[in-house]
Parts: sequence; structure tokens; C-alpha cells
Amino acid sequence: MAGLDLSFRLDRGTFRLEIDRTLPAEGLTAIFGPSGAGKSSLLRAVAGFERTGGRIAFQDEIWEDGRRFLAPHLRRVGYVFQEPRLFAHLDVAGNLAYAARRAGMEGESAGMVRRFGLGPLLGRRTGQLSGGEAQRVALVRALLGRPRLLLMDEPLSALDAARRAEILPLIEELRDEGRLPILFVSHAIAEVARLAERVLGLAGGRVTGFGTVAEIFSDREAGAAFGDEEAVSLIEARHEAVEADGLSRLTFAGGTILVPALPVAAGRRVRLLIRARDVMIATGRPEGLSALNILSARVRSLTDLGTAACDVRLDCGGALLLARITRRSARALGLAPGVACHAILKSVALAHD
Amino acid sequence: MNEADLQALWLTLRLAALVTGLLIGIGTPLAWWLARSRARLVPLVEALTALPLVLPPTVIGFYLLIAFAPSATIGGLWVRLTGHSLSFSFTGLVIASLFYSLPFAVQPLQSAFSLLGRAPMEAAASLGARPLDAFATVALPLCLRGYLAAGVLTFAHTLGEFGVVLMVGGNIPGETRVISVALYEEVERLDYASAHRLSALLLVMSFLILLALYFLNARAGRHGRA
Repeated sequence: MAGLDLSFRLDRGTFRLEIDRTLPAEGLTAIFGPSGAGKSSLLRAVAGFERTGGRIAFQDEIWEDGRRFLAPHLRRVGYVFQEPRLFAHLDVAGNLAYAARRAGMEGESAGMVRRFGLGPLLGRRTGQLSGGEAQRVALVRALLGRPRLLLMDEPLSALDAARRAEILPLIEELRDEGRLPILFVSHAIAEVARLAERVLGLAGGRVTGFGTVAEIFSDREAGAAFGDEEAVSLIEARHEAVEADGLSRLTFAGGTILVPALPVAAGRRVRLLIRARDVMIATGRPEGLSALNILSARVRSLTDLGTAACDVRLDCGGALLLARITRRSARALGLAPGVACHAILKSVALAHD
Repeated sequence: MNEADLQALWLTLRLAALVTGLLIGIGTPLAWWLARSRARLVPLVEALTALPLVLPPTVIGFYLLIAFAPSATIGGLWVRLTGHSLSFSFTGLVIASLFYSLPFAVQPLQSAFSLLGRAPMEAAASLGARPLDAFATVALPLCLRGYLAAGVLTFAHTLGEFGVVLMVGGNIPGETRVISVALYEEVERLDYASAHRLSALLLVMSFLILLALYFLNARAGRHGRA
């Protein structure tokens, strides 16, 4: 079985985590949900820090099956914890060497140090590092262990925005290299929107959904993991060019979107977040409107929310777009699955900031 | 200091060093288990380990004396295996001291291991370190202060042992006559000059050992957890 096969139940007092799912052993999969959802417990079980008595298999290797249990140090799973967990009795170089020596990576060490800019930190004691530096060292230490799977448990949650901005590109780089499957635990929508290829939603110890990041973001039920956070759609688009009037032109299967000039090169793919309540629906092509972004769409489904509102799932050239409107408007416009309409985007945000 | 006192001093130091070494070895896995295990047996073992702290040494000595007798199971087995009796021997004294000083080795180690927590060992395991490797390269250096405390307390406590020695070891020069017993005998003989010398020696030695411990502790404290 290719992938990471998870089928177990973990009981810890009043808390129970239950999962029966195969995650792909490639790309970056975010495990997303509110705190207390069981995200960390899931990672700990994969690493072998918790026994589940169930079944965990990675590719063709069984890590746990009933009473069979492969010890954590034999799983070759890299783990970046919420707090860096550097060894306090060793300096930075010592921490890196600890991992490299045990994985036969001494030769690669110097290159990694250069690539992640750790050179100036090598002689420092771990107590003399800032939070961002320590987490960067922890990440490189985990990579020097030559893992087959990298687990990251909210590695950015203890850092401020500036420090986060230092580490995020490094994680993106690892993702884009595509050599190392990553499970990334987070409860921050922005992180997931920016990093994830697939999302496993968890809430209250149960899987609420699994799919590509765009699917999960616009699926009301799967998106239950987002808790009280409002519904958003995620659209992956290509940055074509910056126009003469200072707007960036982006294209995707559903059409063209204009946003204020982006600081990214032409040809780069970017992810856009569009809040459901920033999407209006018109059945005829609207005229005389200040909104720049009007896309042709088709209604896929409607979901009532409470007494007054509803979420409309729109198909924009294959991409999913979520609109939150009143039920009265839906009735007035005669919205039903299959109806052609126009989606008006009041505001579009880049997932990268 | 006369030759008999020197002999007693040398015997005492040998006993204390040997017992300290053995108890660090025995205490490490025991303390690790006590600090980590969720077994229901833990409180029972903890109580048994702490018993020598509250039990009068003569009580421990009395039971060991009975167990060491060649007519008893353990004592008899020892005679058959080695040809020597455990009672009134240096070996018997070492074994008795292992019981008597056990909590002084186990408790500092146990609290050091508890303080260490699981996090560093999990990090080491995720980097491919086998459990014993991780213990030697991560837990041990991070718990150095615990080991220092365990070693010093065990050594100093064994140094001053009296009741247990008198019960199981008696007063055989070069075999079981340790400083505290020698001191007691000198007082009984009203040889106060010799008693003064031995007492002062024990006092200074104990103080220097504790001073070294606290000094090293303070230094380790300045270097973070070490």
C-alpha cells in the first residue's frame, strides 16, 4: 500500500481520536482543526510516541499493527515540534552533528548549513538563539536525520509574524522540491492556505474531511474543522503580468482576476483566498459596477445556514467558489443547481501574506 | 593518627566508593522506571525504596543479620557459592549499605528524570538514536546534576553508617571496622584525643563533600540545564 495508512483509535481519558484513512506519501498534507481536535496526537502516533493498538503503515512497511510495534527510532520520521527541543547540552553544531552522525549525513551537513543560513549560529549555545533561529536549527536538524516522512507540529505557532515569514519560505521550498512527504499540523487558516496541497480536517477527534486544499476550503462540511472561521474559497491562479495601470492580471480555468500589483514574478502560481461573503451573485451580466472581477459561473449546490443565509457553491471553469448570500436573494434569483450566473468578487486576498 | 584509624578510614572510603558506584548502577534503571512508568506498582516500589529513610538503621541491620546467617536461605546460599559467610564480612557490609543508602541514590535521580520529561528523548528517537544511545547522549548529560547529587549523598551517607554496620558487621579491623565504629570504640575506651581526631576528620570531610556539591551545582546552574 503506497501512502500513510492510518487506522486506529487513541483513547486518552475523556479524549478519543479515531481515524481510518490513507494519506498520500507525497507533497504537503496539512492536518487542520481547532485546538483539542487531536492533531498532535495523530502526529505522535505516526512517530511512535503513542501506542494505539491499531494499524499504521508507511508505504510497504508496517509501523504498528495490533501488538506489532516499530520503535520510533527505527521509523526514520523527522519531527519538528512546537517548541524547538534542541539539546541544551550541545551547541548548534553539536545538535546538527547529533542527527547527521546517526543518519550518515555528515557529508551533507555543510551544504545544509549554507542553504539554511545557519553558518553564523554554529558555535552558539541553544539558549542564545531567538525563537525563529532555534526553530530553523530544529528544522535542519530534522532534515539531517534523513527522514522518509517529515512531521511538523505547529512549528510556527510560538513565533511572531516576522519570524514566521522567515521560516515559511523554507517549508515552501521543501514542499516544492517534492522529495519529502510532509504532514503539517496547524490551526491557522493562512498557513494552511499557503502551504498545503491536501488537507485533512480534524475536529473533536474525528476526521471532518480530506481533499485538496481548494476542495476543503469551499466544502462546508469538510470545512467544519475551520470551526467559527468563516467560509473561504481558495483559487490557484497564474500571475500573468502587471498591467500599465498597476494591476496584476491573474488567470485560472475560470477566467481572469485583477488585483493590486503582486510582488511576484510573472509565471509564478499564487493562491488567492476569497471570503464567501465577498462574493455576490448576478443572473444577468452586471453593467455599471465598480467591481473589477466578474466571473461566469454555474451553481453547483446550495446549503442553507440558519434561517436567513445560505452558501452557494459555484463552479468557475472547474474551480470552486463559495458565495454567502441571503436565502431571500437565492429565491429571488431562482438559484438552483445548474443555473448559469455571474460571480462578482468584492475583494481578493493573496494567501501568501 | 594511628595505624588502626588509618585502616578504618581506608576501609570506610573503599566501602563508600564501592557502594556509590553500585547504587548509581542499580539506581539508574530503578529511578528511570519510577519516573516514567504508569504502572500501578509504582507507589509500592517508591515506598519500599524510601523505607530506609524512616526506618531505624538497627532495624534494617537486624533483619539483614538474620538473612545473612549461614543457617538462613540467603546466607546459606552465599556460603555454598563462595565458601565465606556474609555476616561480619566486608561483602556483607557492602550489601547492607546498598539497602541502607538506596533512597539517597534513587530519589535525586528520579526527580532529575522527572524534570527531564519525555521531550528530549522523543527528539533523540526522532533523530534515529536507539534508546540506550539516547540515554547516554541526551538524558545522562542533561541529568548530570542529579547524578552529582545522587553520588555525593550516597557517598556521604555511607560514610557515616553506624547502626547497620554494628549489627551485621561488628568490629573486625580491616574487614568491618569503619570510622564510625572505631570512633564509638574510642569513646568507650575514654580515648577522647583519638575520638576528637576522627570526629574532626569526618566533620571536615562531610563538609568538603557538600561544599563541592553545592559549588558544582551553582556552576551548573549558571550554564543552564547541565
